[in-house]
Amino acid sequence: MTHEDIRAGVLAELLHIAPELEASSLRAHRPLRQEVDLDSMDWLNFLLALEKRFAVTIPEKDYRRLLTLDDLVDYLAARLSGAHS
Amino acid sequence: MDGLIEKSKADWKVAPNFTDYAAERQRFTWQWVRERLGIGRKGPINIARLAVDRHLAEGRGGKVAFRFLAAGRPVRTMSYAELARATNRFCAVLQRLGVRKGERVFVLARRIPELYVTVLGALKQGCVVSPLFSAFGPEPIATRINLGAGKVLVTTADLYRRKVAPVREKMPSLAHVLLVGEEGESVAEPATLDYAALMAEAGEGADVEVVTESEDPALLHFTSGTTGTPKGAVHVHEAVLMHWASSYYALDLHADDIFWCTADPGWVTGTSYGVIAPLLHGTTSVIDCEEFDAERWYDILASESVSVWYTAPTAIRMLMKAGEALLRGRRFPALRLIASVGEPLNPEAVRWGQAVLGLPIHDNWWQTETGGIMIANTPAFAIKPGSMGRPLPGVDAAIVRRGEGGEVVLVEQPDVEGELALRRGWPSMFRGYLGMEERYRQCFAGDWYLSGDLAKRDADGYFWFVGRRDDVIKSAGHLIGPFEVESVLMEHPAVAEAGVIGKPDAVVGEVVKAFVALKKGFEDSEALRQELLAHARKRLGAVVAPKEITVLANLPRTRSGKIMRRLLKARELGLPEGDLSTLEGGA
Repeated sequence: MTHEDIRAGVLAELLHIAPELEASSLRAHRPLRQEVDLDSMDWLNFLLALEKRFAVTIPEKDYRRLLTLDDLVDYLAARLSGAHS
Repeated sequence: MDGLIEKSKADWKVAPNFTDYAAERQRFTWQWVRERLGIGRKGPINIARLAVDRHLAEGRGGKVAFRFLAAGRPVRTMSYAELARATNRFCAVLQRLGVRKGERVFVLARRIPELYVTVLGALKQGCVVSPLFSAFGPEPIATRINLGAGKVLVTTADLYRRKVAPVREKMPSLAHVLLVGEEGESVAEPATLDYAALMAEAGEGADVEVVTESEDPALLHFTSGTTGTPKGAVHVHEAVLMHWASSYYALDLHADDIFWCTADPGWVTGTSYGVIAPLLHGTTSVIDCEEFDAERWYDILASESVSVWYTAPTAIRMLMKAGEALLRGRRFPALRLIASVGEPLNPEAVRWGQAVLGLPIHDNWWQTETGGIMIANTPAFAIKPGSMGRPLPGVDAAIVRRGEGGEVVLVEQPDVEGELALRRGWPSMFRGYLGMEERYRQCFAGDWYLSGDLAKRDADGYFWFVGRRDDVIKSAGHLIGPFEVESVLMEHPAVAEAGVIGKPDAVVGEVVKAFVALKKGFEDSEALRQELLAHARKRLGAVVAPKEITVLANLPRTRSGKIMRRLLKARELGLPEGDLSTLEGGA
């Protein structure tokens, strides 16, 4: 799976939770929870949806590293390529 | 009794302020609190001057008032002296803009230093301050600013562009909008002013010292009811007596504490206890500008040596869910008291605190209308897990029943359910719902304020929450009015009717769930439901918008045409539907 595929998948799940989002105006290097209006519950549901879509487990200890869209895409790419985080 | 958590002197890291329940309540007077704050029975009283300037006059200006934490940035500290200077400057900014005593100043920001300076500076200027939660969408923001006839809004450039600019035209009372730039962002927006530039131009001190007195309005906090628009509860400067006393008794604040209140100032807890109360005691407060993250929070508790922590059940349950592995061996030797507010804390959570953090969690109860903590489990006394505790000194609470003629009858027997009531007259009691005199009057019967919460009192005088009298939704400790959500859904062209309920949830208490019936020509589909969700989130913001939307053929109504939220909820939960005789068509 390429970075672009992963990014598309992450955005699809994000749009499912926050369908009001205009993906074109999203700044990928800024904290996602300020870019998109997500409360704590949205955020947890979003991470659970990513686990399901990409068939990976995202342990709670990794949550704090996952702040921006770029962080998420890089993290998932590393996990899917079999690298240990 | 089963599960009682006893305390002994061995549990005290410092001597608690409140150790003899009956004697302290007997001895207590509001005059004594006035003396502790150095103010007379009559005369000037100003929340911000007591919170900030008093410490300079008493030689404590160099003490750290706030430690602002933000991810990836160094800690920013602000001493009492720096806070005094900054708030004087903001006071001068308001004077130069021609903003007068009694006019309303709104703040919409994340927990950035400017928010705290604005709140306290505007209080010094005698303005009525209303902090709004930054996660609100444009609609709740405009509704509240209009209800309060806001004259000034302080916000960030980013929030302004996303949430205020689209509805600016709808807020004709707003004369001045001041923008704070974050991370070097441009603040150049039409019809706005640059906060930093105004602060730089303002002199060190305000030209005229505004004098405020006990009954002068100071704070405006919005709360939600079942019907109609949000209610703006007005609090006066005298509320400061309760801010001081409740944090002295229930939070046991001492001057050398490191205090962390996790609530956002957009809610009453974050203003009363996140801004004002710790300053009154000369305490140092930790402010985290970031959103909840389990490991980050453990880190803050440990590395900041937090000694008193005031948080909420939802946060505690999220920590429980995240698991103990995230502690990674961290210990909290400085921590000596954990308190919680927002909704009843389940007994498992109270005990989780004991097992994982080394301390049980002290639940307490109060409301926007009460302005401060009324009933609490406090450090020196046994905790009954699941109970909200006992009334603080200065507070008389009772269980009452409303009689036929509107009078109230006290329920004297223990363990009998009724409405939780408070004897009127405590200093932080709200003095009105802005522009809604009738609704304010309806909150009182004789000497009693009726809270709308159902509760019971046991034989030991501990109070236990039972439920709400109305349909108001409590999500993550915040009240959400179903009407506000229904109104926005109804504005979507596909929606014929809408009914909104709180659906029980193990972590946040209740989540907002909407039922809608569609207009002719519209069909239920995943795409339509996503569109409705987008519409609601855009207008209301994530914290108020529904998390679930279900389409029904029609919604149950009473014969008088009111949507029966209770019935929707009963069906959602698979509960007995009760007496349906008033239902339209007997559906």
